Amino acid sequence: MMTETQPFRLATGGLVDRAAPLNFSFDGRAITGFAGDTLASALLANGVRLVGRSFKYHRPRGILSAGVEEPNALVEHRSGSRREPNSRATVLELYDGLVATSQNRWPSLRCDLLSVNSWVSSFIAAGFYYKTFMWPASFWERIYEPMIRRAAGLGRTAPAHDPDTYEKATAFCDVLVIGGGPAGIAAAVAAGRTGARVILCDEDFVLGGGLLGDKADIDGGSGVDWTRTMAGELAAMPEVSVMGRTSVTGVYDGGVFGAVQRVSDHLPEPLPHQPRLRFWRIVARRSILAAGAIERPIAFGNNDRPGVMLAGSVRTYINRYGVAPGRRAVIFANNDGAAGTLDDLAAAGVDVAAVVDSRDGSSAAVSVAAARHGVVMHAGAMVTQAYGGHGLRSVEILTSDRQRERISCDLLAMSGGWNPTIHLTSHLSGRPRWDEAAAAFLPGSLPPGMTVAGAATGNADLNACLASGAATGLAAAHDCGFSGRLPSWRGHGSGDGQCHQPVRPLWRVPGARGKAFIDFQSDVTTDDIDLSVREGFGAAEHAKRYTALGMATDQGKTSNVAALGILAEITGTDIASRGTTTFRPPYTPVAIGALAGHARGMDFHPRRLSPAHPFETEQGAVFVEAGAWLRAQYYPRPGETWLQSAEREVRTVRGGAGICDVSTLGKIDIQGPDARAFIERIYCNNFAGLKPGRARYGLMLREDGFVLDDGVTMCFSDTHFVMSTTTANAPVVMQHMEFHHQCVWPELDVQLTSVTEQWAQFSVAGPLSRELLRRVVDRQHDIANEAFPFMSAAQVTVAGVTARLARVSFSGELAYEIAIPAQYGDSLLRELMRQGEAFGVCLYGTEALAIMRIEKGHVAGGELNGHTTAADLGLGKMMSAKKDYVGRILAQRPALRDPERPTLVGLLPLDHGSQVRAGAHLVASGRAANLENDEGYVTSSAFSPMLGRWIALGLLASGNNRTGEIVRACDPLRGTESLVEICSPQFYDPTGERLHG
Amino acid sequence: MRIHCPYCGERGVEEYSYRGDATVRRPDANGPDALERFVEYLHLRDNPAGSHQEFWQHLHGCRAWLVVQRDVRTHAIESVIAASRRVAR
Repeated sequence: MMTETQPFRLATGGLVDRAAPLNFSFDGRAITGFAGDTLASALLANGVRLVGRSFKYHRPRGILSAGVEEPNALVEHRSGSRREPNSRATVLELYDGLVATSQNRWPSLRCDLLSVNSWVSSFIAAGFYYKTFMWPASFWERIYEPMIRRAAGLGRTAPAHDPDTYEKATAFCDVLVIGGGPAGIAAAVAAGRTGARVILCDEDFVLGGGLLGDKADIDGGSGVDWTRTMAGELAAMPEVSVMGRTSVTGVYDGGVFGAVQRVSDHLPEPLPHQPRLRFWRIVARRSILAAGAIERPIAFGNNDRPGVMLAGSVRTYINRYGVAPGRRAVIFANNDGAAGTLDDLAAAGVDVAAVVDSRDGSSAAVSVAAARHGVVMHAGAMVTQAYGGHGLRSVEILTSDRQRERISCDLLAMSGGWNPTIHLTSHLSGRPRWDEAAAAFLPGSLPPGMTVAGAATGNADLNACLASGAATGLAAAHDCGFSGRLPSWRGHGSGDGQCHQPVRPLWRVPGARGKAFIDFQSDVTTDDIDLSVREGFGAAEHAKRYTALGMATDQGKTSNVAALGILAEITGTDIASRGTTTFRPPYTPVAIGALAGHARGMDFHPRRLSPAHPFETEQGAVFVEAGAWLRAQYYPRPGETWLQSAEREVRTVRGGAGICDVSTLGKIDIQGPDARAFIERIYCNNFAGLKPGRARYGLMLREDGFVLDDGVTMCFSDTHFVMSTTTANAPVVMQHMEFHHQCVWPELDVQLTSVTEQWAQFSVAGPLSRELLRRVVDRQHDIANEAFPFMSAAQVTVAGVTARLARVSFSGELAYEIAIPAQYGDSLLRELMRQGEAFGVCLYGTEALAIMRIEKGHVAGGELNGHTTAADLGLGKMMSAKKDYVGRILAQRPALRDPERPTLVGLLPLDHGSQVRAGAHLVASGRAANLENDEGYVTSSAFSPMLGRWIALGLLASGNNRTGEIVRACDPLRGTESLVEICSPQFYDPTGERLHG
Repeated sequence: MRIHCPYCGERGVEEYSYRGDATVRRPDANGPDALERFVEYLHLRDNPAGSHQEFWQHLHGCRAWLVVQRDVRTHAIESVIAASRRVAR
């Protein structure tokens, strides 16, 4: 019957492609499976039953299930930088060359030294870590934690950067169907036939759900044939998309769903230009949850031995994969599904030793099946214990007349009933309700627009699934304005009857011996639940946290409900009053990469480049991130350090001329009859008197009275102004102004437009800057000192192109800023450099810019930090007393006017060679360097080429009155300290002669 | 969450930026108790379990500031209007 290379593969049957063998390896052993296998089915086909070790006790574990709920068969998938721990073998689609490794064992899977944990397990029950490793506290980080981390674990993450790419996408539909089993297919077909836009998401790689695992018959044909026919019909519908390998993982407000599409996980590596995963945001007007149900294990002694499996999964391995999961089986169930399991096992040629039905009375369906197959039937009996180390060898049963009996077997197919897969119904805080008749949690209040179909409703019979699918599909389409006829199909399957009422839950076997596991992945046993209740953690949420039940990567898919049932039993309450733990997204684990999409590394946010970026790159610029921009930081010549480069750039500017790209400064075009009135309310200083052709420095406060930003505003006419902002604050300032325009003063007739990216802008600075500009700006414009004095602004032309020129200075030199439409930016900079050659001009970057502004005591990011007032920065006199403006009232608060507030000061290290770093704290001389004596801190520092020493700006308590005082600048983080003298922040050209030159 | 912008139609929440309570109005800066009123305007908020009137900006869209009526218990949005179209007080 069995083939030679795959001893447990059935000779016929299953949906695998026997003509397509696939080679893979598990723990280094070369094995062969078939296309259509999962890793789990291929391992079982080859008789590999031991696949992993448990989290805490290192117990040998096999394969429990055939789906996403798998708690045991977790492996490391792939190797090297693509290694992914905790991959569920049961859903891992086999491909040629797949490499999988068992995890959490040392030195090998069969001989795991830490399985000694199992022998000392009575000492490491739930709560053990909390109690044992309490003290001494200093042992935690150095001894306890590393030790526990080595012992416990769920695989290793990849050692290097993930080489794959990830995508995000958005889709819209009328009806989203979640689940590709009979109910989901019926719903999608019913809705699709009306012409509605339908998306069907199925987490599996073959459509069909339960129809693949059970023997099914629909309208006289097989369930698989029906699935193929329907899939063909769906594929032909232009408004329907069937998304396979796609798990809907979360429900969000407004009909938004999150879904992960595994684009390349079934391939050795992604195809060129293909992502590994694609995260979908699906917007749906209606949704149908047809996610099926997950079978319940039963807690009896050693129920975690490899070979103990869920009954429905046993049917799936037989029917879908053509694999016999064992040679001699015992069936243990509390429901009529046992009949179908028996039929399928018998049909596969597996010897069934006994059927153990926990129910007291004999079940007609199961008894009839047992009699038909000549199998011993034990009604009212229980399996109490499993035997066998690395694989099941026998089970002990307790018969209805209290006899203990050993039955040898290598497979136990167990079924404690089914839990409808209703996780998604509670993502928007809907509470599942306990249904006594169904003995299951059923959907409670649903997310708006969602209906539930199929086994997720609590009835898994094929006919019911087809009918509820068709009805909900048509109803959902109807809600979206489509109409059609209700399709009708008739079917029955080998899973029928397993949810038939009444089902009495069987959470745990009374009198079980040995460890009876509830949560296999977290290694939580029934004894742990008992302990939890004894120690006062009997509420569901407490027990969960005390035992870690349901907190592993499977999120308790096979354990949460059982734990609630056992808690109810122990405390003598009913399960409905125990409540339920809350299901939260994601339903199944989502790789962080899928959530990040392209936003990784330098693509974390969009990168903005100056129009002159190409030329600056040619000139050897080193770039730095500034807000969302890349800005030229310095332009090193061969052999220069950044500091040497910046120093040279400063000397060139101050000695002749230099050019800096300031395109990144925010630029806001303000137009309208009320433009001036609006600016007056936004800036704290006076703009009423600003005449056309002039520019003015403006200071902007937040409504709470602290400084928001500063910049120069040019006036071109009474109804047209252009404001500049700092690079980093440009978006914030724009939003601030839009808020005040639209929400606070909508009556003002003014328009605001961000033109930051529309204009390239260059600062031309230095004593020779005017001569240089004369060669670039068209001749008809008079920019002589008298005609175009400091703070002039004008529209000019450059080679006939409209440009804007302002005589403003951040460096303290005679300086101009020239702006030109962005598409000419690169050309203008090239032309300025060409014309400047005669003047020895250089490009300078943000480092030189920062040095020069610190030499001049101009504030920037370090000082405009959201904690400073205008007065703190020495700009208090700018605040107008004659008008209302944003921040005026709250700037009057006593704490903001406190004379002892830290204010801007200059700092000079007494030792000229010693560097004071930004972040160092200022402490009065002779005082200890502690928080209590902290009087302020250094905000910016630079080596001044002009002064030949380090200089700094800082904020110091009562700083205005302390000129000449020596204080300590302490930097305990970097372990440095120096004595600094308080001085005026204007280090260079304090009278400002140079900018009028 | 999806917000229906009066200018652009229904768009995902990721296009919007939240500011907060839209029931507050900037007080008269020349009033006798201006300081107190501004502190309330800026800092004091009611937080009822129910419907809130909130400022949102369609930041990555038309940049209109909106007044959104939203039930914070369910995130159900009851109405959206452009802030500049609000009836003056």
